[in-house]
Amino acid sequence: MVEGNKIEAKKLDRGWLRIDGEECKGCGLCIEACPPKVIAMREELNPYGYRTAIYAGAGCTGCGVCFMVCPEPGAITVFRAVVRRVEGSGHANAGVEEAISCASN
Amino acid sequence: MSSEAVQEYTVAQGRAKSFYTRYERKDELQHQTHYCPGCGHGTVHKMLAHAIDELGVQDRTILIAPVGCAVFTYYYFDVGNVQAAHGRAPAVATAMKRSRPESIVISYQGDGDLSAIGAAEILHAANRGENISVIFVNNAIYSMTGGQAAPTTLIGQKSTTTPEGRSAMTEGYPLHVSELLATLEAPVYMERVGLGDNKQIAQATRAVRRAVENQTRGLGFSMVEVLSPCPTIWKMNPIDAQRWVRDVMEKTFPLGVFRDRTKETAPRHALRPAPALDAIPRLLGLAEEDLPADHAHTVARHREIDLQVRIAGFGGQGVLLLGEVLAEAGLDAGLEVSWLPSYGPEMRSGTSNCHVRLSSQPVDSPLVTVPSVLVAMNEPSLRKFDLTVRSGGWVIYNGDTFPADCMRDGVHVLALPFTRLAAELGDPRAANMVMLGALLEIDGVLPRASIEAALGRLVKNPRWIELDERALARGRELFKESLRQGSWAKESRAEA
Repeated sequence: MVEGNKIEAKKLDRGWLRIDGEECKGCGLCIEACPPKVIAMREELNPYGYRTAIYAGAGCTGCGVCFMVCPEPGAITVFRAVVRRVEGSGHANAGVEEAISCASN
Repeated sequence: MSSEAVQEYTVAQGRAKSFYTRYERKDELQHQTHYCPGCGHGTVHKMLAHAIDELGVQDRTILIAPVGCAVFTYYYFDVGNVQAAHGRAPAVATAMKRSRPESIVISYQGDGDLSAIGAAEILHAANRGENISVIFVNNAIYSMTGGQAAPTTLIGQKSTTTPEGRSAMTEGYPLHVSELLATLEAPVYMERVGLGDNKQIAQATRAVRRAVENQTRGLGFSMVEVLSPCPTIWKMNPIDAQRWVRDVMEKTFPLGVFRDRTKETAPRHALRPAPALDAIPRLLGLAEEDLPADHAHTVARHREIDLQVRIAGFGGQGVLLLGEVLAEAGLDAGLEVSWLPSYGPEMRSGTSNCHVRLSSQPVDSPLVTVPSVLVAMNEPSLRKFDLTVRSGGWVIYNGDTFPADCMRDGVHVLALPFTRLAAELGDPRAANMVMLGALLEIDGVLPRASIEAALGRLVKNPRWIELDERALARGRELFKESLRQGSWAKESRAEA
């Protein structure tokens, strides 16, 4: 997964979504709630017979509204991009985290 | 030193720590709640779990599950859990909070649970200002049972029990619980929120957190009413159900804060803990020596004992005390006993009777419907219970002559003017003890020491103990005399 991975690209989306296709029951509330409209309903059914929500793959702002409206405890995980400033070499843990998105949506 | 910027993703929002990662209710689908798609319960669960996480109280939270769709909260929340009887969650929460004051006690209830069968519990818990947090999920219907009308059902709303729509004339008006409880003095925080759109949900999240936070500050009773969608029973898709909360429900149940005294309220004093078991005798004014010692005078179990006694008379004749002394003595003798009084509201006069059982086996029922001994302290009582005495049993009757029409084959009778005999001893009120003395001779099962111990525990006045002991002795004597004279001998003709 993307968590913890250092991504070299300079321009990341501010947010990223992971939707658990086994926990999602396809109610669609996240699709309705999402401000940038980057969540859709998958066409095919999951093993339990639900159509589930799916992240479009780009455009997430990390606002977290989808998570807030989702009735399932862990169906949605919201990630936000942070900048880690690495001072020299060998001091990777001394970095300062700085959120580049503040979920103002 | 050179520095370089690296971008990476970190989790901003995800499953709360207060949730289990697997729900062990079923063998399969352990990662899914049992709620329908779009159900408001899941959303409220998440608010609550995140509030518990953020306040750092997971290890001391006790969540009281209701009856209703949310009955299974204990499968989801990794906290202390209790599941209460229907509507009783606030009462259980009260007990939990009082017995474990350091705990964070949350009562999670639906509208059928809280506003119908549990209306009294929530009212009084709120009125006492219990330092608990109540999450009241209102979806205007009984969902788990299939869509019956609740007190919160809207006017005109169809349900299985209001198929034409709720009518104020027949079902009354929707119950506004938050407004109702806000008339009470004690609650500190009461807010109604909704799950009707993003903004409402954000507000609801804050309100749920506040309700729990107030408790951590010791402020007192907090309740959040959440207008919550039920797509399945409302027969709507989740999006329409969400809109219905916003566009329809909110008209009847306006959102807002109905009580907020969190700023001016000082933390409640810790309640004095309930007395420990060993402190109770002192509180009741019982001295150490009055307490029943375990099996102080245990009777030899050479035979099965099953003494069933009905004692009846007018109130004030000492009917209940007679039974109590008998039962207490049985307890002292290591028997299984029961004592069941049955009397009217009058403290004097009126009829009174009690059921006493002494047995070597556990007593299955305290009722004595077919007594082996009937103690009748007056004629009406005799006539009422005479026919119930079992064959081979005894009737001890307080009267000069035993009414001829009450004579029965196979039942022994001891009829004596016990009241007058007691008066000769010094007080007619001791008649009950004279009769008890006779009764004890009949069965002969209880050691005298047990009777004395029982009397000492139940009778406080030394003058009366002295009189009662003489009365008991007189009763024993009278029984033996009557045996010698054969005056009681109304033996069964069938046996003869």
